[in-house]
Amino acid sequence: MAFESLSERLQESLKKIRGQATLTEDNMDEMLRGIRLALLEADVNFQVVKEFIANTKEKALGQDVLGSLKPGQVVVKIVHDELVDLLGTTVSELDLSKTPTVIMMVGLQGSGKTTTSGKIAKLITNKYGKKPLLVAADIYRPAAVDQLKTLGQQLDIPVFEKGTDIKAEQIVSEAMEYAINNRHDVVIVDTAGRLHIDEPLMQELQNIKDIVRPSEILLVVDALTGQDIVNVAQSFNDHLGITGAVLTKLDGDSRGGGALSVRHITHVPIKFIGTGEKLDAIDLFYPDRMADRILGMGDVVSLVEKVQDVYDEKETMKTFQKMQQGTFGLDDMLDQMHQMRKLGPLSGILKMIPGMPKMPEINDEDTDKKLKMTESIIYSMTKQERSHPEILNAKRKERIAKGCGRSVADINRLLKQFEQSRLMMKQMGNLDPVTGMPTQKPKQNMSFNPNRKKERHKKKKKR
Amino acid sequence: MGFFNKIKEALVGNSAKQNDKYVAGLDKSGSSLSSKINELAARYRELDDDYFEELENILIMSDVGVSMVMTIIDEIKKEVRLQNIKDPQAINDIIVDKMFVIYANDSYMTTKINYDDNDLTVILMVGVNGAGKTTTIAKLAHMMQTEGKSVMVAAGDTFRAGAIDQLAVWADRLGIECIKGKEGGDPSSVVFDALNQAKEKGVDVLICDTAGRLQNKVNLMNELEKMNRIIKRVVPDGPQETLLVIDATTGQNGVSQAQEFSKITDITGIVLTKMDGTAKGGIVLSIKDTLNIPVKFIGLGESMDDLQEFDLEQYIYGLCKNLMEE
Repeated sequence: MAFESLSERLQESLKKIRGQATLTEDNMDEMLRGIRLALLEADVNFQVVKEFIANTKEKALGQDVLGSLKPGQVVVKIVHDELVDLLGTTVSELDLSKTPTVIMMVGLQGSGKTTTSGKIAKLITNKYGKKPLLVAADIYRPAAVDQLKTLGQQLDIPVFEKGTDIKAEQIVSEAMEYAINNRHDVVIVDTAGRLHIDEPLMQELQNIKDIVRPSEILLVVDALTGQDIVNVAQSFNDHLGITGAVLTKLDGDSRGGGALSVRHITHVPIKFIGTGEKLDAIDLFYPDRMADRILGMGDVVSLVEKVQDVYDEKETMKTFQKMQQGTFGLDDMLDQMHQMRKLGPLSGILKMIPGMPKMPEINDEDTDKKLKMTESIIYSMTKQERSHPEILNAKRKERIAKGCGRSVADINRLLKQFEQSRLMMKQMGNLDPVTGMPTQKPKQNMSFNPNRKKERHKKKKKR
Repeated sequence: MGFFNKIKEALVGNSAKQNDKYVAGLDKSGSSLSSKINELAARYRELDDDYFEELENILIMSDVGVSMVMTIIDEIKKEVRLQNIKDPQAINDIIVDKMFVIYANDSYMTTKINYDDNDLTVILMVGVNGAGKTTTIAKLAHMMQTEGKSVMVAAGDTFRAGAIDQLAVWADRLGIECIKGKEGGDPSSVVFDALNQAKEKGVDVLICDTAGRLQNKVNLMNELEKMNRIIKRVVPDGPQETLLVIDATTGQNGVSQAQEFSKITDITGIVLTKMDGTAKGGIVLSIKDTLNIPVKFIGLGESMDDLQEFDLEQYIYGLCKNLMEE
């Protein structure tokens, strides 16, 4: 990450006010400067930052630093609440009450209008059982119509298009007729990307608006956008009166402070966020999570949800039982690694954990490579070897080394790592999976060890 | 501005011809610099903290990174103190000079494409989604055509719906060949085909489009690495240019983009697109500062001749326009 998180920034200035009972103008100045920089680095517009800081200062002044709380925590809390306040306290959904409901997508070039149109079409089909129609009104960019057509094919949602030789106004009015005749209850109009200062094109949008009378005009905004977002949002809002915004490309590593600016300038809710290139990568906008992200505080809720998404509970319980029985094998270790991997790049996960950003940067490629290597070694073993690694002798190891193209030393390293994790598992195996409390006394654990040795002897004899 | 012009000539060579359109792109107001300075002087009697705060805000507004802004302001303050300047009229040259020196930072900058006279010149275009790679390719190809080069393009964005068609339409308009693969296919194979065909047909330049990718997507970045390897296999010195396309509206994330992309490929320059809007793309100053990657071209519109060589002086004046105007 190129940025320090707010909490890190504040740490230094906080040292100075440790032990003071109230927040005063004097002891807050440096802190507020830290907040200002953090917000600016998160691409929040500087006018917005200015007002924001003034508000925060007003609220924080004279606040008592309660009990065990540190002054910094109090300030961060105030800032966080203020952010949530600004971003909107409730989750806002689409207004689909009218039939047909018309949703108009507007924005700069390359902000992601067409992809978002496809995503919204899919979402309302699946979630609300609607029958949407996509309208290709971008007659300027080469192949924009093709793009929407391809998306429509992938989603199995009809696309209304008339090529690029007819005026956009004409296309949408024909599309409206088509939608009514074919009983489409939602019409999503994908307009061409345009600069907000391009008067003729802005006029075209107004014309389209007059024709389709949309219940939603969504401004699509790229989360990577910097300070200029206020001009864009202001201008689109002045011309069209937008009803909401969609923040795209949030799967990148930008802070997305633009969300704050858009909200501050236009006062419309942010309705959706785009979180990937796949057509289901769209999510409702949760103000508190966004506040965490802007502040660089980590996003625990999203992490937990992500874990729930990919973690297979049955699988985990199986592993857990194996741990308890002491039959945890190499296969199980690999399963665990795969489950971890499903969460996405390790560095991304760590970023979501509060307090973690201080960790040294983790090289995702290295972890990936390591996983690949472990995989290749384990897959070169027989089933028996995987569940009973102790049977691996020099000859077997040599065979495996040949099979996976690694050296025997690599295999030994993996076995050592496995032995360590098995030891750790053993200790953890004595914990109750529900309460996380020890179910056995450690003494009993000690008596378990000799048994395992006997087991090993038996196997040796078998060979 | 005498001193300034000299460094500029030494570093980048002058190209006065282009300036008109450039100004039109950067400076919507069109008022001349001298009048701006006068207006500013009328507004500020002396160089006080307010003046510097205004300057700071203007630079931050232009997306110049926060720490970079602090450096610039500190440098200017130092210079003002050193020369004991109290008159705002005299400061504008210092602002521009200082920013120029910080940007140039003793490095060699060129806005020319590094053509290989003996081999195929391969240009790889990379960037995040929606930055304007495909449109920039069309503009670059057009520019090279007017320079008398024969150009071929490879539709390496096999991921985004309609991306191949988009490039094909441009290639048609320009009358150049476009090597296409299947949508959803392996982009490296498209590039490989294009390389071989370009060599066979003896064209001068091959420009490879790639799918937009956010810099934190490991797999996509690996794919880029593979394309790079493939190019090197056919053209050992290639790609002679890897251009990172950055949207002028991009904020602080631009540094992270440049950083991550240059880990994978050797970025030789930046194309700053969508400069015909109100965004200033000041993040390129931070990128130059942290990674030493210069801007080579800027995009000023949607038609094929809307690409221009980057002119630092014009650019910096564009950044400080508001300060000088108000």
